[in-house]
Amino acid sequence: MANDKEQKLVRVQSPNFLPEKELKNAPILEVSHLGIDFGGLTAVDDFNMVVGQTEICGLIGPNGAGKTTVFNMLTKVYQPSRGTIMLAGKDTHSMNTIQVNQAGIARTFQNIRLFDKLTVEDNVKIGLHNSINYGMFEGIFRLPGYWKEEKKSHEKALELLSLFDMQDLANDYAGSLPYGAQRRLEIVRALATNPKLLLLDEPAAGMNPSETQELMDNIRKIRDVFGIAVLLIEHDMNLVMGICEKIVVLNFGKIIAKGTPSEIQSNPEVIEAYLGKAATTPGKEA
Amino acid sequence: MLSYLINGISLGSVYAIIALGYTMVYGIAKMLNFAHGDVIMIGGYMAFCSSSYLGWPPIICVLFSIVVCTVLGIIIEKLAYKPLRAASSLAVLITAIGVSYFLQNAALLIWSSNPKAFPNLINLPSLQIGGTQISAVALITIAACIVIMIVLTLFTNKTKMGKAMRAVSEDKGAAQLMGINVNGTISLTFAIGSGLAAIAGVLLCTAYPTLMPTTGAMPGIKAFTAAVFGGIGSIPGAMIGGILLGIIEIFAKAYISTQLSDAIVFAVLIIVLIVKPTGLLGKKIAEKV
Repeated sequence: MANDKEQKLVRVQSPNFLPEKELKNAPILEVSHLGIDFGGLTAVDDFNMVVGQTEICGLIGPNGAGKTTVFNMLTKVYQPSRGTIMLAGKDTHSMNTIQVNQAGIARTFQNIRLFDKLTVEDNVKIGLHNSINYGMFEGIFRLPGYWKEEKKSHEKALELLSLFDMQDLANDYAGSLPYGAQRRLEIVRALATNPKLLLLDEPAAGMNPSETQELMDNIRKIRDVFGIAVLLIEHDMNLVMGICEKIVVLNFGKIIAKGTPSEIQSNPEVIEAYLGKAATTPGKEA
Repeated sequence: MLSYLINGISLGSVYAIIALGYTMVYGIAKMLNFAHGDVIMIGGYMAFCSSSYLGWPPIICVLFSIVVCTVLGIIIEKLAYKPLRAASSLAVLITAIGVSYFLQNAALLIWSSNPKAFPNLINLPSLQIGGTQISAVALITIAACIVIMIVLTLFTNKTKMGKAMRAVSEDKGAAQLMGINVNGTISLTFAIGSGLAAIAGVLLCTAYPTLMPTTGAMPGIKAFTAAVFGGIGSIPGAMIGGILLGIIEIFAKAYISTQLSDAIVFAVLIIVLIVKPTGLLGKKIAEKV
């Protein structure tokens, strides 16, 4: 524990991170100088970010900026070429995807990746997999341990589903759910792995304004009920500006701005990245 | 007539048990494990050795054979297939054929090509039903097949390992990100498939008691046919495909021609695949464009 504190102090002093007062509390995620190359192409370079324990952070940027690549590095789908990722004070360098998940990072996907042929409840139970404790032998012969643990996971799954009013859909196949419900189920499945940090990759994609509003309420609810941090990639600026406490803007793999929603909205570089450079703007450097 | 039917179902049950191994491995690893038939042969030899040379009681011989094959299945997967997880399916297929030849030739070196007379592990009197005699082996084979089917269905649908298997078969990446140990789950699938192959090996050799290094090859191919017939990747499909194939084979032998029976079996497969390319219970996958 002492070691953790020491590291935090060192890191917060680093100029790459936001000043301490802007962090709600001790950071859950500290990323420094993260970079990855694919062959000769540098997809993400010198990515630095700190996420507080119960913070909602946004990662935005034009298409192809490297946002999902950052998520893939955080979850170790890609092994970063450079830099460190500290999760709750622990370096994830030597961890694989499964270990990172167990250490507390869960995610959803840009294009929904539910297990379509499993029921809604079973999808959630896949998320609960590592918290269900019974062995092969108990499972095959259905010993008391099996029943006890299955009952526990059933209750837990329903409890999680009821958070989003999905308990009635428990026995439907995930593939048969309407789009919005599939998105919600992905979040529930990720939450079932008991994360400290939830990564949402374009959670509002394809949603109408009222669904987006509901999603915003749900993201806040997740943060408040579970007391976890949320990092989200999103193109819907109403959502990003509405719920994020901190925003990082990425363009061509590099951070071009960091700050609060109002700071980002008035940042000329961000406006340029999104809208293009005005042809006649004088004296502006690229 | 009835005895043909029972024999057909019995032979089909063996095919079904083997086909389950093919179909489960295909479902999860998306590969055709052509060495599966040779695991059956190894299972047969293990039961043969432990019974004839060591004189162990039948039930212990069967268990021994299951344990050896399960371990063998895990080793084959770890050494031959795991390094190729990211390779094209053709590379894995060729490797599987390589493993198959390796096992056959290893058996040839150890046990020579002389056929061994498989000991009768099931010493029970045959049953008399309405003037037809039904061997105890046939009944035990059918019973074993039913029990395996039920246990396997419950396992894949109702336990966390089974659910993990289904999740991995759908989307390895997503499963991994939910904390599922994908490699462990694939190993488990190979272990179960190979354990079933051992049971099939013992049942097959009890019914047809000549044991050679090539014993597993033909039943392996036929069981693969059965798996495709029923819809590869589907557990009930493998079961139905196996049993139908057994019945067709026995009836073809009895009423048409012994020599042509295999040709007829494969002709049926071709017809089924022309009419229903994904097999009897296979689902058509519509690609989203």
